[in-house]
Amino acid sequence: MVADQRQHLLEPLRSALSLLVTPLHYLANLPDAVVRSVRDRFTPESSLRQDHASLQAENLALKGRLQRLESLEAENRRLHDLLGSSFRVGERVLIAELLSVDLDPYRHQVLINKGSASGVFIGQPVLDAKAVMGQVVRVGPTTATVLLISDAAHGLPVRVNRNGLRAVARGTGLINQLDLAYVPHDADLAEGDLLVTSGLGGRFPAGYPVARVNEVKRESGQPFARVTATPLAQLDSGHEALLVWTLPEEGRTPDLVEERGPEQLGDPASDQVIDQVKDQGTERRNGKEKETQREMVEGREGGRDQVKFKDQNKDKDRDQDKVKGQDKAKEQNKDQAKERAGEGARP
Amino acid sequence: MTATLRGWVFFLSLGLAFLLTLLPLPGWALELRPPWVALTLVFWLLAAPERVGVFWAWAMGLLLDVAIGTTLGQHALSLAVMAWVAVSLHRRLRLFPLFQQALAVWLLLLLERLVSLWVMGALGQPTPGLPYWWSPLTGLLVWPLFALLGREPRRGWPGL
Repeated sequence: MVADQRQHLLEPLRSALSLLVTPLHYLANLPDAVVRSVRDRFTPESSLRQDHASLQAENLALKGRLQRLESLEAENRRLHDLLGSSFRVGERVLIAELLSVDLDPYRHQVLINKGSASGVFIGQPVLDAKAVMGQVVRVGPTTATVLLISDAAHGLPVRVNRNGLRAVARGTGLINQLDLAYVPHDADLAEGDLLVTSGLGGRFPAGYPVARVNEVKRESGQPFARVTATPLAQLDSGHEALLVWTLPEEGRTPDLVEERGPEQLGDPASDQVIDQVKDQGTERRNGKEKETQREMVEGREGGRDQVKFKDQNKDKDRDQDKVKGQDKAKEQNKDQAKERAGEGARP
Repeated sequence: MTATLRGWVFFLSLGLAFLLTLLPLPGWALELRPPWVALTLVFWLLAAPERVGVFWAWAMGLLLDVAIGTTLGQHALSLAVMAWVAVSLHRRLRLFPLFQQALAVWLLLLLERLVSLWVMGALGQPTPGLPYWWSPLTGLLVWPLFALLGREPRRGWPGL
């Protein structure tokens, strides 16, 4: 047990045993899958048309936003060049489905239907349509286990989108709550602040939304302020997840649709779609806010925050190590190399 | 009943128990799920203690750890400890009337949970709240089903 917990020595044994267990997982997923496919089959044409229309509208809106985003990205890259800092853009995503299987009720984990056969690696970030969901902690041949950000053993380096203040968002074991650790009393944090990934841990790419600050309690007897936040991702009700590979710029493949493959295009996942449409308005608003604010943040980064950043970083690293081994950077690079090689072969 | 057929029934029942463990339940029922694998193991430990012993409990526990994503060895240890107690008491447990037997099984399941909790505590994982102890209770309610299921075939199938 110690070998598994501390050293991850038994991963090979676990993945060998998971060969035995995977059929069981898929079997347990079967009733839910059947119910869903039956429901899909009996969806009336009118609602499909409606879906189609709203999706097209959404697509158009998103494309419009993308145009602006591209020029902003180019500008951002130029500025980073001027500063002489390295900047990694380019991400590849793969859509995975969550298997409806109950795992240990005391950990926040979900099972997805993509594994090492699809190039999934340990420590890979997982998102949903709105925000960060978690990271991959175990990989089988065709399944992977994702540890959600709300798990009590998970820590995620974040920054406040409004002013760039850095913190660690720790899971609480409650599905709808995160805690910000080691936030001083005088930190500029308010209810409703958007927390985005800071990219400091080296696992999650920077800039993805994570949570919204729910409550800031400054009790004078306590050494730190008590800050709770609500995750923006649908941790308990989503049905699809995005696996993300961060690539160096040249290896970039922009389109998400290509990855999806023809066999999955038929799957409507109607609930998700409706949700997205509903939230489109709010997201668009957030997006605008984010863009303007990010510029501000980026401008400040080199300045006076530097000192604070250093000692906060220590805490962050310690926290992160709870979740992951020391192999992070190495492994990620290796897997990305593999991934790129696979990409070249693909038509 | 031949040994191979009995082997099949053994693996089939355990497969079913794993499936029931993994089947999605609504949120309120999650902690009420009976410990199917532990129950099935207790059943076989009492029905065929000369064949199913601590090793099988350990192996199934290991598989359960992989299946539900707990630390490798957590359930292996707890089920093995439970199996050891069950095997060493199986002569008495088999003679108990149903009600008393169910209570004894409840104690076995509690022991399993306790060892599991110790492991979680020792590893520094967050310790679950009171609902953690509900599943042995539902196990107690389900046990008569196992006992009756086992009793009928045992009359007809010599050697079980």
